[in-house]
Amino acid sequence: MCSWRLPEGTFVIADSPERRPHPIVQLTLMRLREMGREPGVLFWAFGFPVVLSLALGIAFRARGPEPVVVGALLGTSPEVHQALVDAKVRVKDLDSASASTELRAGRISVLLAPPAVPGQPLTYRFDPSRPEARNARATINGILQRAAGQREARLVRDEEIHEPGSRYIDFLIPGLIAMNLMSGSMWGIGWVVVHMRVRKLLKRLLAAPMRRRHLMISLGLARLVVIPIELLIILVFSRIFFGVQVTGSYVALLAVAFGGSACFASIAIAVASRAQNTETVSGLMNLVMMPMFITSGVFFSASNFPDVVQPVIRALPLTAMCDGLRAVMIDGAGIVGVLPYLAILALWGVPAFTLGLRYFRWR
Amino acid sequence: MVCHGLRKVYDGKLGLFRKQSPPVVAVDHLDLTIQRGECFGLLGPNGSGKTTTVEMLEGLLSPTAGDVRLLGLGWDRDEQALRERVGVALQETHLPEKLTVEELLTLFRSFYRRPRPLADLLAAVELDEKRRSWVGKLSGGQRQRLAIACALVGEPEVLFLDEPTTGLDPQSRRQVWGLVAAYRARGGTAVLTTHYMEEAERLCDRVAIVDHGKLVQVGIPAELIAALPGGHVVELELEKSAATRLDIAELRALPSVSEAHLSPEGVWSLAVSEPERAVAAALALVESKHCGLARLGTRKASLEDVFVALTGRHLRDS
Repeated sequence: MCSWRLPEGTFVIADSPERRPHPIVQLTLMRLREMGREPGVLFWAFGFPVVLSLALGIAFRARGPEPVVVGALLGTSPEVHQALVDAKVRVKDLDSASASTELRAGRISVLLAPPAVPGQPLTYRFDPSRPEARNARATINGILQRAAGQREARLVRDEEIHEPGSRYIDFLIPGLIAMNLMSGSMWGIGWVVVHMRVRKLLKRLLAAPMRRRHLMISLGLARLVVIPIELLIILVFSRIFFGVQVTGSYVALLAVAFGGSACFASIAIAVASRAQNTETVSGLMNLVMMPMFITSGVFFSASNFPDVVQPVIRALPLTAMCDGLRAVMIDGAGIVGVLPYLAILALWGVPAFTLGLRYFRWR
Repeated sequence: MVCHGLRKVYDGKLGLFRKQSPPVVAVDHLDLTIQRGECFGLLGPNGSGKTTTVEMLEGLLSPTAGDVRLLGLGWDRDEQALRERVGVALQETHLPEKLTVEELLTLFRSFYRRPRPLADLLAAVELDEKRRSWVGKLSGGQRQRLAIACALVGEPEVLFLDEPTTGLDPQSRRQVWGLVAAYRARGGTAVLTTHYMEEAERLCDRVAIVDHGKLVQVGIPAELIAALPGGHVVELELEKSAATRLDIAELRALPSVSEAHLSPEGVWSLAVSEPERAVAAALALVESKHCGLARLGTRKASLEDVFVALTGRHLRDS
């Protein structure tokens, strides 16, 4: 029971027997209650992204420069040895058998082989396809050359930056948000609709004078309630634990979040339109989502893929959502800056929704 | 309510590695007329097309051929208006388990223009005490009453119940019968499907017996039973393996016996007009054949016997 005051000063009692509850409100409440009373659903919606960002944030946290580890075959001159140790390089003394094992396993980056005859060059043995090996070679070469008397020809100065926005976690969080909103919309609409169909609940609702559009609207509204909570939890968490900031406009952030969710909800309706059991719809949704998980740049930049496939990857809705969120959070974009991303999302969402409704199996 | 030439054919399933299976005729040219205010039963074994028929009447399945008119309206044009006036309880619906009884009924009340008050509904289906319980925590009987309450929300003029008591214990079954009686006392028309004879005899003014998608007989239960030869049934159960030692012609030849039938469980049913004479004669026959008698009983003929007489099969055989 609740009551509120109308401007005329009369009291209206809600929930009185005469007052008819609105079907959209009731259908939305049904969804929210089913979700809120299922601990598993709550964890996957709100807890899982936090756990994932914590795990990945710790695994890829910013660390100081990796120590350089090199191997030295027996017979390497003590001066070389000493120069490297003085410069904080870890040197392992190895015989030739164990040296090649260590090198292959990557436990040493470069192997120093002394010249067979004095006066011949010192050999750096390393695999140039390993970035850390090339790195180590350059480092130890600099150290050894300076120890042998080489001087810098040009004056240089290092300036190290540790700005928020350039770290892996700053890249990761928008990707995780996009991924979470995608899964939330796909499962929260696609799976739920098919589950209702399997349970004959869809049929039962249609046997009552329920308007079909009311059900569709309420599914969307239930998501609309959940999305801000999902966003808030992960944004607050990543701000507190990792100092991740939103440098652009919150309006633009919400626009991309809602636009992306609406797009994936539409795709979910299309995927769920004919499916007669939850196994089918789960398979179909994984089929749709898996390629995007891999290619859309959730965990690492999508630009790592070859140039040939870039136009395809750029056109995927999850890529648009990831890029849009990164534009807002990292590059400080406003609403105008995310319009291209919203356009891509609309190009996917509108046809998916139209086709999904057209072929939707209600009974 | 009238349906005319109702027919439903399901397309064969298209398998990936096998040929398309042939189409299945679930309902074959069914004509029915149901009067306002009556309780009409569709009676038949599982797979006889009862549910398909009732779902076409409910406007939830579109017929392959034929048409359905109810309350002077048709589903194709007046669906929304009809939905307000028709209540439906499906054969099985898994109502949302995490909603309370009260929340679920409020949801269904929101769909109707003039819903029945919540307290009234709860009282009608005796779920007052369970109003704050989750649907998932209800017993089978309580759930079925809740499903019926959902059908009663709009104060329907026509109520469809598809196998309302299948799988319920006798106590719950009687409660459901009470609900149907109370609904009819308010002047409503009820259409129900069942494969329980007792249910049909108790609740229905008229029954249609359907088998293999075809209408076998329509009538008032008492009249259908009275039309049977004899009106009484003598049941003979012989000891194992002895059942086939009796011959159908011999049994038919006994005094006052007009028909004999052997059920798959090995029970002989004899349609008789004078049970005392038939029993004495049957006992003499059993004696002369040296068969051990396990059980002998007489009862009045029922709808089950009508079904057996019409189709040669038992209702729960198939």
